[in-house]
Amino acid sequence: MKLRLIVDGRPVALEAPPMKRLLDLLRDDLGATGTKEGCGEGECGACAVLLDGELVNSCLVPVCQADGREIATVEGLAGSDGTLHPLQQAFWETGGAQCGICTPGMLMAAAALLARDPAPSESAIRTALAGNLCRCTGYVKIVEAVAVAARRMRRASPRRRAGARRGPVSRR
Amino acid sequence: MPSVPPARTRPRGARAAERVVGRNVLRREGREKLTGQAIYVADLAVDDAWWGTTVRAPHARARILAIERDPGYDWSRAVVVLAADLERRGYANVAHLIHDDQPFLAASVVEHAEEPVALVAAPSREEAERAAAHLRIRYEPLEPLLDFEGSRASFASYAIDKGDLARGFAAAATVLEGVYRFGAQEHAYIEPNGMIAWPSRDGVRRVQGSMQCPFYVVHALARLFREPEAAIRVVQTTTGGGFGGKEEYPNLIAGHAALLADACGRPVRLLYDRAEDMAATTRRHPGRVRHRSGLDSDGRLLALEIDVRLDAGAYATLSPVVLSRAVLHAAGPYRCANVRITGTAVKTNTPPNGAFRGFGVPQVAFALERHLDRLAAAAALDPVELRRRNLLADGETTATGQAVADAGASRQALAAALSRSRWRSTRRAHAAYNRRHPTRRRGLGLACYFHGSGFTGNGEIRLGSVAAVELAPGGRVRVLASSTEMGQGTRTVFAQIVAETLGLPYERIETVDPDTAEVPDSGPTVASRTVAVVGRIVADAARELDRALAARVGRPPGRRWTVATFERAARRHLAAGGERRFEARFANPAGQRFDDRAYRGDAYATYAWAATVVEVEVDLVSFEVEVRRVVSAQDVGRAIHPRLAAGQLEGGLAQALGWGLFEEVVMREGRMVNAQLTNYVLPTAIETPPIELAILERPFAHGPFGAKGIGELPMDGGAPAAVNAVAAALGVDLTEIPATPERIAAAWFARPPQERGA
Repeated sequence: MKLRLIVDGRPVALEAPPMKRLLDLLRDDLGATGTKEGCGEGECGACAVLLDGELVNSCLVPVCQADGREIATVEGLAGSDGTLHPLQQAFWETGGAQCGICTPGMLMAAAALLARDPAPSESAIRTALAGNLCRCTGYVKIVEAVAVAARRMRRASPRRRAGARRGPVSRR
Repeated sequence: MPSVPPARTRPRGARAAERVVGRNVLRREGREKLTGQAIYVADLAVDDAWWGTTVRAPHARARILAIERDPGYDWSRAVVVLAADLERRGYANVAHLIHDDQPFLAASVVEHAEEPVALVAAPSREEAERAAAHLRIRYEPLEPLLDFEGSRASFASYAIDKGDLARGFAAAATVLEGVYRFGAQEHAYIEPNGMIAWPSRDGVRRVQGSMQCPFYVVHALARLFREPEAAIRVVQTTTGGGFGGKEEYPNLIAGHAALLADACGRPVRLLYDRAEDMAATTRRHPGRVRHRSGLDSDGRLLALEIDVRLDAGAYATLSPVVLSRAVLHAAGPYRCANVRITGTAVKTNTPPNGAFRGFGVPQVAFALERHLDRLAAAAALDPVELRRRNLLADGETTATGQAVADAGASRQALAAALSRSRWRSTRRAHAAYNRRHPTRRRGLGLACYFHGSGFTGNGEIRLGSVAAVELAPGGRVRVLASSTEMGQGTRTVFAQIVAETLGLPYERIETVDPDTAEVPDSGPTVASRTVAVVGRIVADAARELDRALAARVGRPPGRRWTVATFERAARRHLAAGGERRFEARFANPAGQRFDDRAYRGDAYATYAWAATVVEVEVDLVSFEVEVRRVVSAQDVGRAIHPRLAAGQLEGGLAQALGWGLFEEVVMREGRMVNAQLTNYVLPTAIETPPIELAILERPFAHGPFGAKGIGELPMDGGAPAAVNAVAAALGVDLTEIPATPERIAAAWFARPPQERGA
């Protein structure tokens, strides 16, 4: 089928079988390998992206369901000038990324959380990340990173909801 | 918020001058990993690459009768490699490791389910799988050996003797026996295994992929193709977790990919999916440990008799060394004059078990720490008091007779873990809670443990690792070592060590992912040796560089350089035709001596010590365990990078809790039947509790800036601490892990109703 979608702010038009996985479309057709495959069955969350702002595992989404919609991946988080998103910066400083393979999905899950809850409690953070497996960190520094980023984003735009200033979908 | 900043203690005034070591500099490859730009093996774009797939045996043991190609299938777009092809081409069908008993491809007999029998490559993954499905392999199933207790085929056995066991038992006031069983564990790195191989060009074969030990792959491929090691070039791609799972198995995958590339004359990608990775690759050794021990009337250990039995699986792989480390740690960080430790690793027809963080120590630590709680109960002693009376003090000797100068760090760790967990008051609060609550019970558990850094015994001497630094353009310095980055922070910490040694800023030091065409063999990235052993060699190499440049400009060596003075000296040195590259070799700085035959002496150059307290709450309806809190005091020698060190400790503790409580490998007829993340339960952010650390620093005089190896230590004692907590909460006896709700319920209902109190 013919598909039109927006990936990290960039309009894309291409031909693909309707049941192709969104993950494969991103990685193989668009060369956007920042989104990772860890299990292929929706358990690990390494392939998590935002579909119209909603967190999904791209290994479970057929491309026909993504037609006409907007997809945000880890590759669009940083600004076009290379400035890291507050979440990326906080993950870097706290040690929230070790081997890095869960990080793209973890960042997207965290971005989805902060977009709806700019001041999450620790338990809210843990619940929001429970669909993303990490085998390196024991989650301690990931939870810390999300809390640090949330605080910085609130401070940067006190009257606006976190994520609104530089939302998960950055238009380049 | 979530994490309490780790408490750190170290001698006051020590190393106040250090500027880079001890600082939380930003992780070297952080930006690439955080922006999705880091290139893992599955991300590597390779023109014209074909896809490989591995055809595996469905039987635990079988004779291969025939392998035929379906004549109705168009084989023109696929290549097939069988054991017979290796023979025909004069290749050695043996995955070189310790015993050299494992073939790359089964030739006539299959020794375990999932054993590779054929390799297929085609232009796409789908075509490769279709072709593989058209291979008709006929087997004659044979009776498999699946019960490790009944296996008489041993790959290795060891014995350690100290003192007079019979005399110890004769004087004992309390004697207790116990048998402790433990299951396998999946590494569950989130990046599955994968390799890409190129056909031989200009006499060099290249392999690139996810791995811990590039030179292991070089050794294995040189042996396979009967080529000199210089003909093999191995490059590590960004590696998404290893934990031991990418120590030896990548040799096999690299060999397979290289054989396929050889057969089709193109690059071949061999990427495992999650199910194949879980079913076929190595796991932590399951097995059992028997304990019989004697205590005097003062609660002092008089005799320890320990027998370790590990299920190695179908081939020896690394089991002999896993077993060796297990027996060397089996008596724990305790003082006992009379010890006998025996161990054997036996064959079964199951996929070979292999290296996994801890490397035999988690198994023996689980058995010992669980046993000590039971022994304390038998002697009507407090479990803390029993440990306090028996932990080693500075200078006391281990089971192999090694006097360890800083062994008293184990007591410091215990004291720190107890005070930070508020052990006494928490126990009182639990008692009150448990009296009050109808269906929930809380408990605290403790474990004390230690882990030797580096290869066992004379291993490091035999290995003779080499590392180098070289002058790079612009007055920069590049570190050259085969130690891999897999998340633990090798690249960052090596840069810190060199920066500190030379007095240069961290940013002036470059580190790269290893390419064996460029880096010397600094040994494998395993055994908690990267910082403690290789880090020291890297520092030595930097000192060589410092000496050469200092001599060149006529100043004394060992003084800090500034960027400007260093650049000038480097320019002068190179202009005068001086060496660019400076190597150093392992020189046994600690003067370690070990008797391989008698198993006596300095088993390790140094040990790291820990004590962990776990608090749980158990539901008496579902028997689910909620881990409420983990408090752990771990001695690291010196935290080169405190945040990275804490990351190692926290991650290791989480894996240990998973092994003790949640993660169960279910085997049926020699095959893993839950080879999916859907039904192999990994702890998520919800099951993993907040972890409070106390990082202790008793420096190792011969480590870089005092550092010891800490990669594995945190994995060793989390499981027994958690299970001791569950046992304390319910007043039940638990001797097998994972302590799943089913096992806990069984232990609970085994108690007489009046003792259940619910």
